[in-house]
Amino acid sequence: MTVGAPERTTLPSLGRVYRTRAGVEVKEFFRQRESVVFTLVFPVVLLLALGAVLDYDLGAGVDFPQYFMAGVITAGVVGSSLQNMAIHIAGERSDGTLKSLAGTPMPKSAYFVGKVVQVLAVTAATVALLLLVGVAVYGIDLPSGTDWLTFAWVTVLGAAACTLLGIAVSSLARNGRSASATVTPLALVLEFVSGVFLPFDQVPGWLQDLASVFPVTWLAQGLRSVFLPDALAASEPAGSWELGRVALVLGAWCVAGLVLCVLTFRWQDRGTG
Amino acid sequence: MTSTSAPVVADGRPQPGDPVDPDAAISVRGLVKRYGDRAAVDGLDLDIRRGEIFALLGPNGAGKTTTVEVLEGYRSRDGGEVRVLGVDPARGGRRWRADLGIVLQSGGGDSQLSVREQLQARASYYADPRDPAEVLELVGLTGQAGARGRALSGGQRRRFDVALGIVGRPRLLFLDEPTTGFDPEARRQFWALVRSLRDLGTTMLLTTHYLDEAEALADRVGVLAHGRLAEVAVPSALGGRGTAPAVVSWTEDGVRRTAETATPTAFVRDLAARFPGEVPDLAVSRPTLEDVYLKMIGGPS
Repeated sequence: MTVGAPERTTLPSLGRVYRTRAGVEVKEFFRQRESVVFTLVFPVVLLLALGAVLDYDLGAGVDFPQYFMAGVITAGVVGSSLQNMAIHIAGERSDGTLKSLAGTPMPKSAYFVGKVVQVLAVTAATVALLLLVGVAVYGIDLPSGTDWLTFAWVTVLGAAACTLLGIAVSSLARNGRSASATVTPLALVLEFVSGVFLPFDQVPGWLQDLASVFPVTWLAQGLRSVFLPDALAASEPAGSWELGRVALVLGAWCVAGLVLCVLTFRWQDRGTG
Repeated sequence: MTSTSAPVVADGRPQPGDPVDPDAAISVRGLVKRYGDRAAVDGLDLDIRRGEIFALLGPNGAGKTTTVEVLEGYRSRDGGEVRVLGVDPARGGRRWRADLGIVLQSGGGDSQLSVREQLQARASYYADPRDPAEVLELVGLTGQAGARGRALSGGQRRRFDVALGIVGRPRLLFLDEPTTGFDPEARRQFWALVRSLRDLGTTMLLTTHYLDEAEALADRVGVLAHGRLAEVAVPSALGGRGTAPAVVSWTEDGVRRTAETATPTAFVRDLAARFPGEVPDLAVSRPTLEDVYLKMIGGPS
């Protein structure tokens, strides 16, 4: 063997590896039947089931399905980001996928870029599917004009906060299965107290206060501003949509989530070796 | 592959005071790694030449995995100097990683992608990868290219792990217990694969529990016990095997007899003279690698 072999060709560019990882992550998600059913189909089933059972009249000509669009889209975004990240990253950590990747020259950032692209793709698919079913089955009113813009930023910012939170939570779980067992009920409870499944003004005040700590509440409130007439803003805790505060709280959760991720992320299980 | 110009002492072991050898594939001096109060690795010295296959043996808990994971850059160390391909693993960047191949014990997880897709993705992280199709040919998985990981048998799965480990054209390949759970035929096939990689110039550090595997593949064997290297030798000389007394056994007057002798040929000649024909149940044996290994790791007890 010759010592000091000549320099090899340069490493692939970041952009190229990012594209590879994005492709890998999108395929990994959409080819796994369980995750597709759990993440994409479950909110649709919720919309159809609750829409068929519940018959509220919320005033201002708003029926339950119209009210519920904001809630079920919130549930869809939380499933696509928080639950998806927490469960699958914990799984990839315990089955050795992460350790194997960490042993390659793949830049670490590429893993997270891939996950972000996956969340964006899954969120877009979930939201599109829910809008489609909402319009086709319940004839809900789609947002108009600048509401689309609000819809876009609230969804993206909410998904970003929940993604970072999900990545951080994945490090707490012992393995993929325990992540699923703890994160799923936790998300459901958060969604309940955040007024996802029932009008938020029916949630007791102290629970409202508790829920306001978490990003799910603000994601749901931001989305209600998109799907409900302004007359219903009076039912919100502050008597208005508080879009500025929605942006502020979701943005703060993004920062906190990022810090948590950087501090807690591990490429292999604790206590191995 | 024997090297005639290796700048090392008789058994190839560096002495504790020697400087690290930047030209070696792996050079370790005084490596220490503690977990709490317990030293898993306690002052390890080792040089592995480029192009060599080195087998690291040792019972569970002897520090094998810890040592290998420090070399691979997965674990930090508490003391000592380490160079892997001339670079300190604690500071190895992407370029350094591109020269390594790592075949982990646990395998690569449960992917939804096909064997070919996973290999293509992996190849795209490297500067100068091998053609994924050629790698599949080399490990004998061309027919499984379209299958998903979980459709592979145990032996195929392990060969796929090796494919993932070598697609980046590594100069140094780590193989951690690569044939655990193989049937004998699959192991022979795997050994042939390792030999063809050696012919391509790949240095390999192999950890294994199978002594016959170490004997069949390795240029040198190191036995790790209690966090240190108990001995480094070519497999046939380990534990003084080459010069150990032979054991001659036979049956005489209906009783099984054995004798240890340094001159088995002369002993058998005398024995033959005592019997009119064949010596009943005659056998001459040297200690097996397993015998000397078990003696070595058993300690004074």
